[in-house]
Amino acid sequence: MRIAVASGKGGTGKTTVATSLALSLAADGRGREFAPGPPLLLDCDVEAPNAHLFLRPRFERVWEVGIPIPQVDQARCSACGRCAEVCAYNAIAVLGPKVLVFPELCHGCGSCARACPEGAITEVVRPIGVLRRGTALGGIDFGHGELTVGEPMAGPVIRQLKREVTPRPGQVVILDAPPGTSCPVVEAVRGADFLLLVTEPTPFGLHDLRLAVQIGRVLGIPLGVIINRDGIGDQSVAQYCDSEAVPILMRIPFERAIAQGFAQGRTLLETHPAYGSQLEDMVLQITRRIEETR
Amino acid sequence: MRIVVTTTTPDLDSPVDLRFGRAAYFVVVDTSTMEWQAHPNPAAAAPGGAGIRAAQFIAEQKVESVISGDFGPNAHQALAAAGIGMYLFGASASARQAVERFKAGQLESPSGSGGRGRRGGS
Repeated sequence: MRIAVASGKGGTGKTTVATSLALSLAADGRGREFAPGPPLLLDCDVEAPNAHLFLRPRFERVWEVGIPIPQVDQARCSACGRCAEVCAYNAIAVLGPKVLVFPELCHGCGSCARACPEGAITEVVRPIGVLRRGTALGGIDFGHGELTVGEPMAGPVIRQLKREVTPRPGQVVILDAPPGTSCPVVEAVRGADFLLLVTEPTPFGLHDLRLAVQIGRVLGIPLGVIINRDGIGDQSVAQYCDSEAVPILMRIPFERAIAQGFAQGRTLLETHPAYGSQLEDMVLQITRRIEETR
Repeated sequence: MRIVVTTTTPDLDSPVDLRFGRAAYFVVVDTSTMEWQAHPNPAAAAPGGAGIRAAQFIAEQKVESVISGDFGPNAHQALAAAGIGMYLFGASASARQAVERFKAGQLESPSGSGGRGRRGGS
C-alpha cells in the first residue's frame, strides 16, 4: 500500500501528517487490529526535504542522480538540424554550423541522440542531485532526494528516488509530496494507491485543494482530506468536500502546542501521543477505501 | 543588409514587441530598399526555451542583426553564437522608426548577457 501525502498549498502540514503517520504505523502493534510494521517513508519534496528533521534517520547510503544530456561531436555533425527539430524543450539549437546545448532546459528524453542521422550525439549524465537512504526513528525505512540548489527540474530526482528506494514485500510506503500541483507533485503521487490531501480551512487552502483533487481524479487515485488548523478560517473546505463527495478523514485543531513541537522538531505524535489511535483508524479507513475502488 | 525587428502586429509600422523570444512577429527588413516581410514567431507559445527557438528561426532568415526590447540570456547566447548583432529599440515609436535609427547608428546593444536564463518548470 502506497499512501501519498500532498496538499496543493504549502505549509498545511504534509510533513506533520506523513511523519506522524509513519511513526504510528511503526509503533508496537500488539493488541491492534492493524499492525503493518515500520513503513518506508520517501520525502519527495526534493527542493526542500525536511522529513529527516523529524524522523532523524541515520543515512547509510548517499548517491548522485542526474539526467542524460546530449554531447555533440562537432566533427561528425552535419548541422542538419534534426536534433533541434525533435527537441520538445528547445534545449538544443543549430545555429549555422554550430550546435548549442542548454543543459538546464534538457529533460533528458534522448530524442536528439536517437534522431541524429550522423550518430554525432552521445548522452552524458549531468548530476542534478543526490539520494539518501537510511533507518529512522521506530525502525522506519527512510529515503529522500535533494535537488542541487539552482537546478530547475525536480521530477527526475523524484522519479529516481521512487525507482531506487523500494519497499520490502508488504511494507507500507508513505510518500511525502512537494507542495503545489505541478509536475513534481504529479511525479510523487503517480502510482500511489491513495492520495491523502492535507489542507487548511482557508480560501487559499481550498483553492489549492480543488487543484489537488483534480490531480487525484486525473490519475484515478482514491483520495481523502485532512483538515489541519481546524477552527481557523471558514467552512468552505468542509462544504466543498461535502459537495464533491470527498471524505474528511481527520481534523487536527489549530493549537499552539502542536506548532511549538513542530518548531522543535517533534512530530504531532510526539506532542500528542493520543493521535496515534486516530491515525491508525484513518489508515484502516484508507485501506477500506482502496479495497472499495478495486 | 537584412535585419529583423520584433513587432506586435505583422507590419513595419507596428510598435516594437518588447520581448524577443515571445515576440508576436518578426519583420525582416532589407535596409537598402526598406522592403519587408512579416513572419509569425514560431516560438511565441513555446512552453520553454522560447528565446533559443526564436534565435534559431532568426538565424535561418539569414539576417545580420535583430532589434528588440531586450534579450534573455539564452537568446543572447544563441544569437551571439550565430553571429547576429543585437540592438535595443530605445525610444523608437515603431519598427520602421527603429530601422531608421539603426541605419543612422543610433541604437545601442544590450550590455552583458543579463544573468542566467529563466528556469522553467519541469
